Amino acid sequence: MHNLEAMKEVSVVTLEIFGKTLAVDKDGHLANPGDWSEAIAREIAATEGIGELTDQHWTVIHFMRGVYQEEGAPPSIRRITKESGVDTKGLYQLFPNGPAKRAAKIAGLPKPKSCV
Amino acid sequence: MPEEKSRQPIERVSIIVSRGSLDGVYPGLIMANGARMEGIEASLFFTFFGLDAIINKRLDHLKVATVGNPAMHMPTLLGALPGMSAFATFMMKKEMGKLDIPPVREFLETIHDAGGEIYGCKASVDMFHLKKEDFIPQVDDIITVGEFYEKSAGAQIIFT
Repeated sequence: MHNLEAMKEVSVVTLEIFGKTLAVDKDGHLANPGDWSEAIAREIAATEGIGELTDQHWTVIHFMRGVYQEEGAPPSIRRITKESGVDTKGLYQLFPNGPAKRAAKIAGLPKPKSCV
Repeated sequence: MPEEKSRQPIERVSIIVSRGSLDGVYPGLIMANGARMEGIEASLFFTFFGLDAIINKRLDHLKVATVGNPAMHMPTLLGALPGMSAFATFMMKKEMGKLDIPPVREFLETIHDAGGEIYGCKASVDMFHLKKEDFIPQVDDIITVGEFYEKSAGAQIIFT
């Protein structure tokens, strides 16, 4: 009973962008990564206080989406810094205050589950 | 009201690493790195045998303790056999590799690059007759316990 109620609560949470109503999960990330577009990414980045997205931001975002499409889960920070071409220092500068979850949010992906 | 206050998000952590076994060092590293991943300020303070984790010549050779650890589920005499600790260490590193957990040296570099601070305990450094050159370059400073408390202002202190 309790669980059902919690689930109901999650599914009603939405985000309005460009007049479209998009479902989001409990962390505020897009519930359906297929709803994502680059324009939506710019909107989310603005509300997150990230500002203008640079080429380096897009490198990380597209890398994360690529991994998600192949494997069904977003990559860990370690994998981003090893394979995307953006290193640890760079990643923390691009997405301050919690790089993996904020980059994932802008990329329209769920929050990474990895501990590292 | 008091409930609301107790739910304030954590903004800073100071993590003390006091042990020098592989299993003694990793929890502190994972917690410090995890804090930075969440946007929480983190500093690591290595003391007593925990210093081994930041000593250049030692940190690649940390071992899992197979004796005196009931959770190993291994009889003490068996754990004391030559090679047992090396084997347990090999197995643990292999499993951690699968989880994408980096080796100690890389983990410390990552934490440092992520803005985490790394300190050694002066009393321990003096006790073991160590010098600044014995440590990895990511060590920000060797500090006294008093300085540790100063730097931990407003932080949650976690002892491991």
